[in-house]
Amino acid sequence: MTTVGTSPRQPGLASVDEPIRIRTVTPEDVLTLVGAAIGALGLDWLVYERLLPFTGALGFWVCWYVLFALFYIAAAAMRWSRLVVRDKAIAVLVSTGGIFATAVVVDQIAYSFVKSLPAIVHPNFWTQTMVNTAVLQPLSSGGIVHAAVGSVEQLAIATVLSVPLGITAAVFLAEIGGALARPVRTIVNAMTALPSIIAGLLVYALVVLSFGLGKCGLAAGIAISIVMLPTVTRAAEVVLRVVPGTLREASFALGASHWRTVWKVILPTARSGLATAVVLAMARGIGETAPVLLVAGFSDTMNANAFQGWQATLPTLIFNNVFVEGEYPKLVERAFGAGFALMLVVVVLFAIARFLGGKRPGELTKRQVRQLRREAEQP
Amino acid sequence: MTDSANGQDYLPHLQEARSREPQDGYDTAVLSPGEQQLFGLEARNVSAWFSGHKVLERVSLHMEPGKVTALIGPSGCGKSTFLRILNRMHEMVQGAQLAGQVLLGGHDIYDPVVRPAEVRRRIGMVFQKPNPFPAMSIYDNVASGLKLSGIKVPDTSDLVEDSLRRAGLWQEVHRRLRSPGGALSGGQQQRLCIARSLAIAPDVLLMDEPCSALDPTSTNKIEETIAELSDQVTIVIVTHNMQQAHRVSENCAFFLATHDTPGYIVEFGPTEQMFTNPADQRTSDYVNGRFG
Repeated sequence: MTTVGTSPRQPGLASVDEPIRIRTVTPEDVLTLVGAAIGALGLDWLVYERLLPFTGALGFWVCWYVLFALFYIAAAAMRWSRLVVRDKAIAVLVSTGGIFATAVVVDQIAYSFVKSLPAIVHPNFWTQTMVNTAVLQPLSSGGIVHAAVGSVEQLAIATVLSVPLGITAAVFLAEIGGALARPVRTIVNAMTALPSIIAGLLVYALVVLSFGLGKCGLAAGIAISIVMLPTVTRAAEVVLRVVPGTLREASFALGASHWRTVWKVILPTARSGLATAVVLAMARGIGETAPVLLVAGFSDTMNANAFQGWQATLPTLIFNNVFVEGEYPKLVERAFGAGFALMLVVVVLFAIARFLGGKRPGELTKRQVRQLRREAEQP
Repeated sequence: MTDSANGQDYLPHLQEARSREPQDGYDTAVLSPGEQQLFGLEARNVSAWFSGHKVLERVSLHMEPGKVTALIGPSGCGKSTFLRILNRMHEMVQGAQLAGQVLLGGHDIYDPVVRPAEVRRRIGMVFQKPNPFPAMSIYDNVASGLKLSGIKVPDTSDLVEDSLRRAGLWQEVHRRLRSPGGALSGGQQQRLCIARSLAIAPDVLLMDEPCSALDPTSTNKIEETIAELSDQVTIVIVTHNMQQAHRVSENCAFFLATHDTPGYIVEFGPTEQMFTNPADQRTSDYVNGRFG
């Protein structure tokens, strides 16, 4: 009798299958890498510190990296073929590049965090304003809450203004197009390169002076929205373009008009990407300093009314503390604290965007779950 | 359950076109076993161009109401283009042009008073690659046609169940209507797309190689679905699979194009005759697998 479709297990084989390990790193690979690094360090020290008339940590490490790359390639060339050497050398260069870029970011965040520690450990830093605190007073007095409020308010105004406009423009570029799309896209691209101080000047001339609004948070919000607009538009257009054309066809084939297709199919499909676009723009907008200083001024007191009076923001507070007031150590520490708060806001924004946009397609909102439960309870 | 007779209420423009005298020739409305009015399609001298390049040459074809018509022929002979002309999807492609008439129940769908969206609601389409909306659940996918074409029905969940049953998918998904449509297998996704098209009660269902991306089991299920639907809705199906055309269709049209001539219909007739005793030698060669 023959069995079709199954093969009888050979006797004597282990009953449990072990997956084989593919692409293991051999000790040789690791030792070549480590050896090149150590050898380069030794030669670098000898040449840089003892023989050549150079000093400075930066130059030392740049030379070390160049030597390391050369050593690695030389060591590899002794053992492997040209093709393998090229492959490995590029792999090492690309990985070190990635590690370096990450290290720079980590370094920036860690440095600001460490420098801000003396300020941010005081609870009053998060709850008080600077109205009753002089430049030389200890960190146990005064805080940045007025600037945080200003930042959040202005960003909210800017987002409300720029996001609907930006997404509408992106829908126009991605969905409607036509002869007008080219100039619009060119202008949007040009706006990305627009120095933000120009946006500040425009708002200063148009809103603050001509409309007589005066310097206030609203004017700053408008200026920030001009900065955010091209970022939203470009990122949203890219996201809308990757929505598969087959979905568009499916929607049209069901008798949908163009705008219903956009509203019910394309925008929901691109939701998480659009959330990312919005957060990218917000992260860009919240760091704006020059236009905000120009049209919202600066203040040591709490001004929660964005429609009237000067308003401080976190970036303008940093600028003011370090540059305007002179370098008082306590003020610099407060500035680092404000910088830390700024990064915190950005992190919170990213978390919110992930939460809003990251929900998987078809997943239920809490409201829908409640509604379903109600329906189930009814007989 | 909604039927196409109710569907007409939402189509003032097409009705307006209907209120005129039907054009001569076939008046294609007949009654289904369920007393439902069925409409056929008739193409008259349809030609098509892409950016000035002619791909279809004066194709005339009568697709009988309540029957399955298969369009067969080698790749690039214009079958899919012809199918997309039947529900005005052809004009979505940039540089696409066409000539001729397509009559639904005796009225031209290219009449200037008819909106393309209305035509597409009356003449549904299932595509080669399953394309459920990824941002919607199974339930919402089926109900999406209502929202997209602005139809209101008294009981959406009844309609969803009915459409899924007609597409032969209800048994497999009724416990997870709220999970995403993209999580289904390819064959299930395609039947979901069929259910989605059926939910808006079209008069005609066009299918563009609906099984070419599916395995034999799923293909079998889709064919069963087509067989069950054939007395409720007029079906036009493009297929590369000769056996499939033989199995599912009642009428069959053989398209052919050569490298310097646009596509045209070589032969049209009852499927049985086309496969057993074709009039044209080229049809005989093609259905017997001697070329193409």
